[in-house]
Amino acid sequence: MTTQRFSGTDRYIATDDLRMAVNAAVTLARPLLIKGEPGTGKTQLAVEVAQALGRPLFEWHVKSTSKAQQGLYEYDAVSRLRDSQLGEARVADIRNYIVRGKLWEAFESEEQPVLLIDEIDKADIEFPNDLLRELDRMEFYVYETRELVRARHRPIIIITSNNEKELPDAFLRRCFFHYIRFPDEETMTRIVGVHYPSLKRELLAEALGAFYRVRETPGLKKKPSTSELLDWIKLLLAEDIPPEALRSEDPKKAIPPLYGALLKNEQDVHLFEQLVFLNRRAR
Amino acid sequence: MLVRFFLEVRAAGIPASITEFLSLLQALEARVASCSAEEFYWLARLSLVKDERHFDRFDRVFAEHFAGAERVFERLLAEVPAEWLQAMAQRLFSDEERAKVEALGSWDKLLETLKQRLAEQKSKHEGGNKWIGTGGTSPFGSGGYNPEGIRIGDAGARQRRAVKVWEAREYRNFDDRRELGTRNLKMALRRLRKFARQGAADELDLDGTIEATARNAGWLDLKLRPERRNAVKVLLLLDVGGSMEDHVRICEELFSAARSEFRQLEHFYFHNFIYETVWKDNRRRQSERIKTTELLRTFNGDYRVIFVGDAAMSPYEIVQPGGSVEHFNEEAGSVWMQRMTAHFPHLVWLNPEPEERWDWTPSIRLTQELIGNRMFPLTLGGLDRAMVALRRKRINEGSR
Repeated sequence: MTTQRFSGTDRYIATDDLRMAVNAAVTLARPLLIKGEPGTGKTQLAVEVAQALGRPLFEWHVKSTSKAQQGLYEYDAVSRLRDSQLGEARVADIRNYIVRGKLWEAFESEEQPVLLIDEIDKADIEFPNDLLRELDRMEFYVYETRELVRARHRPIIIITSNNEKELPDAFLRRCFFHYIRFPDEETMTRIVGVHYPSLKRELLAEALGAFYRVRETPGLKKKPSTSELLDWIKLLLAEDIPPEALRSEDPKKAIPPLYGALLKNEQDVHLFEQLVFLNRRAR
Repeated sequence: MLVRFFLEVRAAGIPASITEFLSLLQALEARVASCSAEEFYWLARLSLVKDERHFDRFDRVFAEHFAGAERVFERLLAEVPAEWLQAMAQRLFSDEERAKVEALGSWDKLLETLKQRLAEQKSKHEGGNKWIGTGGTSPFGSGGYNPEGIRIGDAGARQRRAVKVWEAREYRNFDDRRELGTRNLKMALRRLRKFARQGAADELDLDGTIEATARNAGWLDLKLRPERRNAVKVLLLLDVGGSMEDHVRICEELFSAARSEFRQLEHFYFHNFIYETVWKDNRRRQSERIKTTELLRTFNGDYRVIFVGDAAMSPYEIVQPGGSVEHFNEEAGSVWMQRMTAHFPHLVWLNPEPEERWDWTPSIRLTQELIGNRMFPLTLGGLDRAMVALRRKRINEGSR
């Protein structure tokens, strides 16, 4: 296998430790578990890795009702039963009722694919346990047709989690683990630069300053994250807000304009306004 | 050397297994990390630690074990021939980055200087200040913070970093202490799970389908029913500081056990008794307080509230306005507790003090009265009883 290395893309800034994590996972063909604050680009990572390495991407978005089996295959017994009542010919072959899941599709891929298992913590507690053998050996058995499905190429598996549930030890043991930290101001400048290259330097500096001030407001329920910052900047650009408007030294304009893009919670907005008000009185 | 490190990691309470250790060695063999202490740190953390709550513990073990070990990496580097360095640099730098380096000065010249430095390094190894980790002025080597530096073993400028990653201990806040030995508590807390039939209709109801199909003269009539789901929501209130110091450990075990069991779990801290504010982050208890009224507003009566505290204090701290030891409270603690019990019908208090001693402490008796005798000892049996009590609504006031 060629030793391809992931080093971020023109739209995605990967820090050194994240790059190392991806490269280790690629080299050893082991799943990479990604955690981090919401909006720090966990899901995006898989898309960018696939793009950077030129691999096909399979996305499996997990929901609270997802079962591990759905990723492998499903036997659609109900439609087979119905077909048999209607006397259809295809009933005879059980293969017609085996519906392939994302994992199967990834296993069948002609070249080494990237498989994203998104938000694995949303599913039932047993979900990761049911995938142990599949992730380890990269094969599974279809009982209905008695065939063994084995991966042609071990996929690069990227799993994201939001920490809603704890994952079982046996599962964790098989993964590499990386926690995406919230980017510091310098990394953030690079991220914004990648997304809005034409942004005026001044506006960017002011926007970032205002953003980190909002983030540091104590007691916020949901701190604004990278993706919210990018949305906000998009709005600022669309509204053509001058950089001066973002400067909080002016007490009358201490609330950054369009802050609805940053704060997503009524209580947070309220708290923020209160703090700004107190601040103003103190002057 | 690494075996000892691995054992130390385990001794620090990080549940790393042999498989994970072997995969670290495998990754080292596959040259995922080159000779830089920082890369080795990332790789080791990547393969051994599977929970950000353990990052801080790992950082401490790493710092301790490898104190001064960046020297080892330096020495490694000093023994490496320059051609090898060049090959490595070429492999790791993209064309674009190389162009950037060459813009700063000639690539060859940089390598020439590098060779000189290597020679110097050999002759005055001790106390040299041009090398990694000892002052950070050299343009060469990983961890060199020269703004125009080559970073051997990795690409990209890193000069902003002033502390070694593992010494920054940025993950301190994630550590919620010891999962070890929480198995028993886990078993008891599991009783809290209540399988409520709610949510979308997404499970085939076989019996219902058979019956409906039969009624339908044999034509298939599918019936669906909602799937079982864990619906228990928990609000945990932990007493910190003061008389609780020796109970903190057992509380934190309970806390880390509770984490994994519920769909929603919120925790707050208080000191001795509940007053008008609580806080979320113990290190910022002075600056980031949350009003108890907000707590009452935010969380509805569905939440199961679990207090953990020894309730050992002067009775004045409960019944008198201004009785708190920490601040002046305008309303007595008992008033706040009554508000809590009125709002949350499912409420218990877990007390780490042995049950036999409760009668000797007036404040415990007072608290018992306030919460309708729903205080239980922090033992397996006590937890069992607490969980049973949590399932029921509040017991009537009179029962003693």
